[in-house]
Amino acid sequence: MKILVTVTEIAEADDEFEIDGLSIDDRYLTYDLNEWDDYAIEEAVQVSEAGDDVEVVTATIGPERAEETIRQGLAKGADRAVRVWDDALADVDLLDSATKARLLAAVAREEEPDLILSGVQSADAAFAATGVAMAAELGYEWAAVVNQLDLDEDAGVANVHRELEGGVEELTAVELPAVFTIQTGINEPRYASLRGIRQAQSKPLDVMTPDELGVDRGESALALTSLEEPETESDATYFEGSVDETAAQLAELLHEKGVGA
Amino acid sequence: MSDVLAVTEHRQGELRDVSFEVTTAGRQLADATGGELALAVIGGDVDAYAGQLDVEGVDAVYTVAEGDEFNHDVYTQAIEALADDLDPQYVVAPHTVNGLDYAPAVAQHLAVPLVTDVIEFDASGGLAVTRELYGGKTEAGIDVEGDRAMVTIRPGEWEPAGGDGDARVEAFDADIDDDAVRSTVSGFEAVGAGDVDISEAEVLVSVGRGIEEEDNLDIIFELADALDATVSASRPIVDNEWLPQDRQVGQSGKTVTPEVYIAIGISGAVQHVAGMKGSETIVAINNDPSAPIYDIADYGIVNDLFDVVPALTEQFQ
Ligand SMILES: Cc1cc2nc3c(=O)[nH]c(=O)nc-3n(C[C@H](O)[C@H](O)[C@H](O)COP(=O)(O)OP(=O)(O)OC[C@H]3O[C@@H](n4cnc5c(N)ncnc54)[C@H](O)[C@@H]3O)c2cc1C
Repeated sequence: MKILVTVTEIAEADDEFEIDGLSIDDRYLTYDLNEWDDYAIEEAVQVSEAGDDVEVVTATIGPERAEETIRQGLAKGADRAVRVWDDALADVDLLDSATKARLLAAVAREEEPDLILSGVQSADAAFAATGVAMAAELGYEWAAVVNQLDLDEDAGVANVHRELEGGVEELTAVELPAVFTIQTGINEPRYASLRGIRQAQSKPLDVMTPDELGVDRGESALALTSLEEPETESDATYFEGSVDETAAQLAELLHEKGVGA
Repeated sequence: MSDVLAVTEHRQGELRDVSFEVTTAGRQLADATGGELALAVIGGDVDAYAGQLDVEGVDAVYTVAEGDEFNHDVYTQAIEALADDLDPQYVVAPHTVNGLDYAPAVAQHLAVPLVTDVIEFDASGGLAVTRELYGGKTEAGIDVEGDRAMVTIRPGEWEPAGGDGDARVEAFDADIDDDAVRSTVSGFEAVGAGDVDISEAEVLVSVGRGIEEEDNLDIIFELADALDATVSASRPIVDNEWLPQDRQVGQSGKTVTPEVYIAIGISGAVQHVAGMKGSETIVAINNDPSAPIYDIADYGIVNDLFDVVPALTEQFQ
């Protein structure tokens, strides 16, 4: 069995940051493995550890910088990685989910996985759409926001729980091959061991261009026109001063509200 | 092709509130395009739903009687068949867990651009939308290229539509291909209830990822004790199993409306805010002045929680 995990590197803004044109100034960004993908990797690695002969391959759209993040996945137990990139992609301000889905589906066509796991969303753009769009592109079945996954390979189905709003879960049987978008909390992502980190350095990480994958890079249908810090709608009162002073001011407010009385 | 199709949502026998929000958003788009607003209601007691959805601004309600509950293979087929028939310029869906289970597939099949989790739009000349980027820290203006598009809207951003309508209600035969229905919903499960009901609490001390480690929760419980308050949490705390699921506030947890909500080391992600924005007074303790929690907080202390929380506890001892 082969499992493909889509892994994205996300950009997180520092507490204080500056916007430069249509993006946050790179000096204020930290790049990291997307939290949801961390759970997707763990889920795939757990399946591979429980079965015989399960290969876990990760697929990432990203520049060379992303290789550090990709190696995190390899250190946690993925067997190999594919990175898709084309320098022209660096000029795109906002990649739409259809473009991402097309590029990742091209990797899937090469790899022919039985199962594809992606994160529910990326923490930065949060379109929450790539996984399902990729399933549609591939003609795979799918389920979004999965927080429990039980494979029944003999029956060719996966029994999943989809986490709905308000503490309700939907129980669904999904025919394989399928794409699942994985929700946080489905498992406990491991920390990479030192041995894992060492091994990751020698695991294969192939770089492919859209051309080599035989797909059109395509145009993003979304054009970024502005980026700004939202104007605060509330007029929050900030308590200022030393720690003790602010604590005293807040305590006074809470007393007024009858808290702790 | 100036019409707008908005997809409604129901679960376990009830229309969800967001159905009336997509109606408002759809009307806004239709006003801009000069077209009609059609609603789609798929599955369940569609006639009863159609009656409830006949509110001001709706021109037509199309009912697709197929199955009881949401099934994405039915939804995608039904919406695509409706889109073939109606040729809408825009399709609007809610950015809910089910919305994101069909919208990307529908957009892909219809070959139209998709933009999700939109908080504002302007369709007076092409479609321009506003949505957040970088985890809610920035707002982006985005032009959607092409004549048509599919949009999912963030729940709670549009007023629910109301009033009396005079919509045509039409049963639509979507000619669902059963062979293409490759997933089966077998039921629902409610997350187990514990000994504490955070939705009943008058004062909540709510803790987020900023607490860093399970052992550090001690200072949170000490504060809650001093304030005679109940402890709740954001999702990562529950994902880590540091607190049980019934303590989670937010979209997939509980909705709370206490007199006082003290958010400690919580950034204020939209899914968290969805569960606590109705609180009477919101206090945030977070060392990041750009954290979105401050957009809805009434009071704030921008400082290290490990200093502030023990100092606050001391004030009550
Ligand atoms: C479908 C779906 C459903 C979801 N449902 C929910 C839900 O029901 N509830 C929910 O909460 N989330 C939910 N989420 C997750 C949500 O998107 C966020 O990931 C989550 O709310 C973040 O939790 P947090 O604020 O505790 O963590 P973070 O976003 O990591 O924020 C931690 C905050 O702590 C602050 N901090 C760090 N250290 C300190 C310190 N020493 N002193 C003071 N402040 C500090 C930081 O500045 C930061 O703002 C859902 C997501 C999805 C996709």
